[in-house]
Amino acid sequence: MAPEQVNGDRPDLRPRVDEGTAAGASELPLRVIPGAEIRRREMLARLALALAGITTAMVAAPVVGFVVAPMFKPVPRLWRPVGRVEEFKLGETVLVHFEDPSPVPWAGVTARTGAWLRRTGDASFECFAINCRHLGCPVRWVPEAELFMCPCHGGVYYKDGTVAAGPPPEPLHRYRVRVSDGTVEIETAPLPLTIQ
Amino acid sequence: MKILRRAWGWLDDRAGISETLGPMATHLVPRSAKWWYVFGSATLCAFIVQVTTGIGLAFAYVPSGGEAYASLQAITDGSRIGHVLRGMHYFGASAMVVMVVLHLAQVFLHGSYKYPRELNWLTGVVLFFMVLGMAFTGQLLRWDANAVWSVVVAAEQADRLPWLGPALGRFIIGGETIGGATLSRFFVLHVFLIPAGIFAFIGLHLWLVLRHGVSEMPRPGHPVDPATYVQRYERRIRRTGVPFWPVAAWRDMVVATLMVGTILVLAVTLGPPALDQPPDPSAVNANPAPDWYLLFYFAVLALLPPWLESWVIIGAPLLLIVALIAVPFVSNRGERAPSRRPWAIAIVVVAAVGFVSLTILGVKEPWSPDFGVQPLPAEVLVGLDPRATEGAALVHAKGCLYCHHIDGHGGFRGPELSTIGTLLTRDQMIIRIMNGGTNMPSFAGTLDDDQLARIVDFLLTRRVR
Repeated sequence: MAPEQVNGDRPDLRPRVDEGTAAGASELPLRVIPGAEIRRREMLARLALALAGITTAMVAAPVVGFVVAPMFKPVPRLWRPVGRVEEFKLGETVLVHFEDPSPVPWAGVTARTGAWLRRTGDASFECFAINCRHLGCPVRWVPEAELFMCPCHGGVYYKDGTVAAGPPPEPLHRYRVRVSDGTVEIETAPLPLTIQ
Repeated sequence: MKILRRAWGWLDDRAGISETLGPMATHLVPRSAKWWYVFGSATLCAFIVQVTTGIGLAFAYVPSGGEAYASLQAITDGSRIGHVLRGMHYFGASAMVVMVVLHLAQVFLHGSYKYPRELNWLTGVVLFFMVLGMAFTGQLLRWDANAVWSVVVAAEQADRLPWLGPALGRFIIGGETIGGATLSRFFVLHVFLIPAGIFAFIGLHLWLVLRHGVSEMPRPGHPVDPATYVQRYERRIRRTGVPFWPVAAWRDMVVATLMVGTILVLAVTLGPPALDQPPDPSAVNANPAPDWYLLFYFAVLALLPPWLESWVIIGAPLLLIVALIAVPFVSNRGERAPSRRPWAIAIVVVAAVGFVSLTILGVKEPWSPDFGVQPLPAEVLVGLDPRATEGAALVHAKGCLYCHHIDGHGGFRGPELSTIGTLLTRDQMIIRIMNGGTNMPSFAGTLDDDQLARIVDFLLTRRVR
């Protein structure tokens, strides 16, 4: 009979519910499915979906965990040497660089961090992050003008790191510095992102 | 020949290739769909160029923070063909951005997003943002100093988001500082995650094109009415439509050929963008700027008043996303013709003018100090007494020229000083230099009285001539 055959010559296998009514039932002779079978199929569908969810979780959990885990691993704060005290002239601001606290073996040159270091006394130093507090670009020290200037959007800082001009919302970030056995050491810190 | 034909016949029968693809290739499209309709297929073609050239580059590119730069040098300088391949991937990216924007603008202007094609538009919006994501992450895989600082700038912007910001910033740089993990995550985004999304959404987007049919050229006085549109469209298309292959497809192929030809010619003649310095986060002599398609945003970030900035950094992208999603719901019916939709034209014109002017500003960077400025040349100093001549030297040495312009020399951050002697008196100049002003540092701690006097002596000679 044609009405039951929607896909060319293949029979329509879509289930039909046995409504239990006499009217019209005799016109659906091909596959009338009792209510128990319907409930069984609903149960099987739920089972299949639940298994799919469990399978997905079994695959996704290790992947997501592996990707996210490094974010929760505490990064140590280390004191990194940048040179002997006598290498730095009083009042002079120089670029120094040191290694990140926990570089991966393939980091290469990207494991370096830069900082502007100034000797202010016999054993006293101050040290500024090179990152502009506007959007993080590297500021340059202009010795004659005694200003830090940013090439990106024109941020300018005085020599003490306070904002002189441009869009930066706050002073340059400072690293902690100490002198240990005649060696100048800088304490590593995260890239300054958060505005205080 | 005969055996080939028989083999094809066997394969086609068992796999059902023509049975499945045939109706798709020859689906009826409106007779009026002509040259306005090429941008979507051109975007798809640019994507295929990117996938192909990208796979080629991946044979030599090393996604390692320490070694990517050397592998890029090897690709670019090691062989002529590597140079061309990188160039194709770069100009292919530009082509894809251009084409996706033209496609978006055309669909918007022609009101093709209206009933029943809302979902076509929404999947297209997702694709648009994924293309921008590919453009940005691709620039970062060119792992040089510029890329390093672009990551930092991206992290700084993400950080402005409330609550999630700091975590997101750390996630972008892959830890607390730029390092070995940074490049790896952008490699994964650029090579696996975003392309997978693009493939999926292209499939969905094309399926929707087939489901709802290609829209006709809009005609004034023929508004979309959801109650009758589908019925009428189908009646018209059965009567006057033409098969996509080959009646419409040949135009797509013409455009594809021109576009890929242009990409190839540009790659051979101009080549890929030069690598900046190595990706050393401790090197400060960098001058970071994004590739051309994001220069306008670079300019926005420089020009905004600081109090507004965080709002724009977070709000502008969100607003763009919400606005684009809202389009087919806000205007779902009615006229499609641009001539009856002046607001649509105005939006596209304002966006285009804004993009071009901000991009020009982004190229010029008038807000950036001119770090490379040379001392004022002799012809500017003609006829000056010795004190003023010393003052002219100090104007360079003390960094005034980084921001101020004098007779064709210096930066544009501050006001031009070529005629400052006519505008300000000696006392006014001294007050301004000592105290600073809006966006000018105070030089009280940097200049002694004698240096200040000489600088002012020189500036007073700068008069209208």
